[in-house]
Amino acid sequence: MKKHWYDYLWIASATYLILGFFNILFAWFGLLCFFIPLLISVVRGTKGYCNRYCGRGQLFSLLGGRFGLSRKRDIPNWMKSKVFRYGFLIFFFAMFFQMLWNTYLVFAGAQDLRQVVTLLWTFKLPWNWAYHGTLFHPGVAQFAFGFYSVMLTSTVLGLVTMVLFKPRSWCVYCPMGTMTQLICKAKCGGGK
Amino acid sequence: MNLVKKRRKAVVDQGLCVACGCCVKVCPMQAFEIIRGVMAQVKEEKCVGCGKCARECPASVIGIREVEA
Repeated sequence: MKKHWYDYLWIASATYLILGFFNILFAWFGLLCFFIPLLISVVRGTKGYCNRYCGRGQLFSLLGGRFGLSRKRDIPNWMKSKVFRYGFLIFFFAMFFQMLWNTYLVFAGAQDLRQVVTLLWTFKLPWNWAYHGTLFHPGVAQFAFGFYSVMLTSTVLGLVTMVLFKPRSWCVYCPMGTMTQLICKAKCGGGK
Repeated sequence: MNLVKKRRKAVVDQGLCVACGCCVKVCPMQAFEIIRGVMAQVKEEKCVGCGKCARECPASVIGIREVEA
């Protein structure tokens, strides 16, 4: 099958995670993974991002498929149910807004910058080597730490379900995928 | 003797489809399309029932059924 330029976006996804290990400010680029899918679904009414440009999905395909790091079993029924998918979307958003609130507190001077990456919303990993001071406000760095936590957490979850089930199991409950599908449903008048 | 010809075709449970597009990518016959970002649909006339889509589908919502040719 003919390869397109966008079939190599897994390199961008892997590079993003690596760069964040050395300089946390690169985490800001992750916003592209939020705004591009939303923009495509709102403007074009498609899941073009998931279907073509999602580097993370490609990375899971590669690791689970070509590298054989997946058991390739069926995902449990409850994980593909609407209750779980919408519930996970709400939970993910709640955690995202909590991260934005922490960023606001740093911007407002009510809280000091915390140089940690929070994995799975629980485990605080020291990450101070990735921040060397900046011309910007500490709030800018706080957002980067928070956003990188979101990206790393979702990657880890995706890797775990990749190993346990099929390579792209993350796509089933990916909050961005669920949200863009909801937008597309709304745009075409309900759908199924 | 039953002489009815049967062929294997992919069938999507569209209510559970997440429209990720994995089936579109993997299908050697270009028999899949994503309808308005909501669900996958099989073009029956193109599908040869090879089952690649069913193996790839992360939600396992694609099955292979025998239908009358």
